[in-house]
Amino acid sequence: MASGPMEQFKIDRDVDLFEIAGQTVSWTNSAFWMVMSVVLIIGFFALTLRGKLIPGRMQSLGELSYQFIADMVRDTVGPEAMRFMPFIFTLFFFILFANLIGMNPYAFTTTSHLAVTLAMATATILIVIIAGLWKNGLSWFKIFAPGGLPLVMYPIIVLIEVISFLARPITLAVRLFANMVAGHVMLKLFAIFAAYLVAQGGLTSLGAVVPVLGTIFIVALEFLVALLQAFVFAILTCVYLNDVYHVDH
Amino acid sequence: MAAEETYTDAELAADAASGLPQLDTSTWVGQIFWLFLTFAILYFALSKFILPRLRDTLGNRSDRIADDLDSASRMKLEAEEAEKAHEQSLRDARAKASNVAESTRQSLDAEIRAELDEADAQAERESELAEARIRDIKTAALSNIDAVAVDVAGTLVNELTGKTIAPAKVTAALKGARS
Repeated sequence: MASGPMEQFKIDRDVDLFEIAGQTVSWTNSAFWMVMSVVLIIGFFALTLRGKLIPGRMQSLGELSYQFIADMVRDTVGPEAMRFMPFIFTLFFFILFANLIGMNPYAFTTTSHLAVTLAMATATILIVIIAGLWKNGLSWFKIFAPGGLPLVMYPIIVLIEVISFLARPITLAVRLFANMVAGHVMLKLFAIFAAYLVAQGGLTSLGAVVPVLGTIFIVALEFLVALLQAFVFAILTCVYLNDVYHVDH
Repeated sequence: MAAEETYTDAELAADAASGLPQLDTSTWVGQIFWLFLTFAILYFALSKFILPRLRDTLGNRSDRIADDLDSASRMKLEAEEAEKAHEQSLRDARAKASNVAESTRQSLDAEIRAELDEADAQAERESELAEARIRDIKTAALSNIDAVAVDVAGTLVNELTGKTIAPAKVTAALKGARS
């Protein structure tokens, strides 16, 4: 078993497959858990598709998930953004399942990798830009220049708006990545410390109770963070989608 | 124990040397490839199969609820109308009954009045006839009185004087006496 706190994030290449842009694409532990999360999500929702007029427990879960995301999109953007609802839904459940899978011992947290979170965040922002240009044409760029300001202010405001817009994918990616890494590193450190204390033997090993309690607390906290970060990513995507439909702030 | 610790230390040193696995960009293309592939499959499955069915189920339910509420309010309306119609027919029947009573009373009144009038007229006619007859009898009696008076006067004269007097003379005398 991995012993360093960063060891858990190591990507193991099992089978090298082919090359893209000079890099080898391999079947890895990360790829396995991504496929697993997709299988689990599809399996979970397949169980909820009873289509009964009076829903059972599983069906209620599926319907609650649907309504949760649908309400989120409607409330933060508006009913016109419902075409993006499947994307937000996929995003939320992909991140949620990846985070929750990561809570299992020996499983790999795919969302603890900057490549993954940055790719998702960049794709999200690209979708916002493309949809914004598609819907509003070049007048979409008005989001960088809010109306009703003195003319001298515009260079500064536009600069600030552009920087804050470009910061979005980075903050979105780093928020999720850092949360997942920090939680897992903390868990690992507490567990290593507990094992270290037990290994000392004698009275010192009794002190392991403290890091074990800390581990339990962090596990509970991490389940909350897993849910919260998926929610934050999804709702921020909705907020950014606002720029597609409401160009005048 | 010591060996274990040095192993751990060595591992930590190796980690520190290679840095965070996340920053090893040689794995990035592979991760992004698998991310896009799995995400695309998930998006396809959710948006083509799962979400439409969930939406349909939810839509059917809200439709059904709306329908049920609609038909409930429609039935309520119908019930209210039926009640109104029932009350109306009751009111009509009552009005009709009182109409019938009224008209019966009126026609009875009219009949009674007519019969009373008839009886009055009959009585009047009969009393007139009686009065006429009385008048006739009276005039007849009065006209007989002259003849009787002439007769009585003749007889009286005959008895008192032993003479016979002509009735015409008596009559003339009576006429003179009367006027």
